[in-house]
Amino acid sequence: MRTLLIGLALLLAASAAYGIDSQPPFPDPALQARYTALTHELRCLVCQDETVADSNADLAADFRRQIHDMVAAGKSDAEIKDYMVQRYGDFVLYKPPVQSSTMLLWIGPFILLICAIGIVTLVVRRRARQPEEGTP
Amino acid sequence: MNIRNSLPFVIPGLVLLFLIGLFARGLFLDPTKVQSPLIGKPIPRFSLSELHDPGKKLDQDLLVGKVSLFNVWGAWCGACQDEHPVLVAFAKRKLLPIYGLDYHDDRQAALAMLDKGGDPYAAIFNDVSGDVAIDWGVYGAPETFLIDKHGVVRDKVIGALTQYIVDKQLVPEIEKLQAEAQ
Repeated sequence: MRTLLIGLALLLAASAAYGIDSQPPFPDPALQARYTALTHELRCLVCQDETVADSNADLAADFRRQIHDMVAAGKSDAEIKDYMVQRYGDFVLYKPPVQSSTMLLWIGPFILLICAIGIVTLVVRRRARQPEEGTP
Repeated sequence: MNIRNSLPFVIPGLVLLFLIGLFARGLFLDPTKVQSPLIGKPIPRFSLSELHDPGKKLDQDLLVGKVSLFNVWGAWCGACQDEHPVLVAFAKRKLLPIYGLDYHDDRQAALAMLDKGGDPYAAIFNDVSGDVAIDWGVYGAPETFLIDKHGVVRDKVIGALTQYIVDKQLVPEIEKLQAEAQ
């Protein structure tokens, strides 16, 4: 058991060394945090279910390099995301923006929830009435 | 059976049909074809060296003034090699100039591919870093842009051009744009 745990711990420590990101870390932890957040919010369009941070595609490496340079150049998060959206469209964002074409996506679940609550309320009320009607 | 009693069967049935319709539509959508936000917009500004002649700088103005194709390719890309003979044959028809963007490529490998298969390009921009390709919203090669006389992107084909796409999609569009330009 002990050997297994040590082995697992070693494996975990080693996995950090397998990072695919070749960009040098920022000296400022705040910038590094922004860079990490941005690369996790943008989609690698070659391998569409991976973020720019997770993908080892060449395009994702280019994205990381550009995002790294833009963060270093003092661009805001919004400016960097706009830059990508202008080139690749909303699909490049993992979290779709709230706008008319995505309204159904954002409020759809709440509409479904209201419908479900309505149906449950109707059924429960009807069942609650039934024994009274049945008793003499 | 009256309407009230049949509702518990009819409503889930309708919901099921709706979902089947939704999934059937989803099945025939291709998520790898991302519509380019560049269509209808002027081409991005850029300046790169020419592939054959690295001392020569070319910029976006080369693509303005006539209808042209802008083809993103690389010798490393299998689909580009499949597409290459189609482009070479199309260039021979001299309908319009085809410009190339050699994307993320090894220059020697690219030149070897052109030597072997023929060179369909009027000029080739050498994008070693891939930065210009990002400005064009390229996410895979090959990609082909149709550009009008004013330097505005009018259409984009993602993936290898085939004879069918050239004849049925590009040629009619090109003829229309060239007629507009007269």
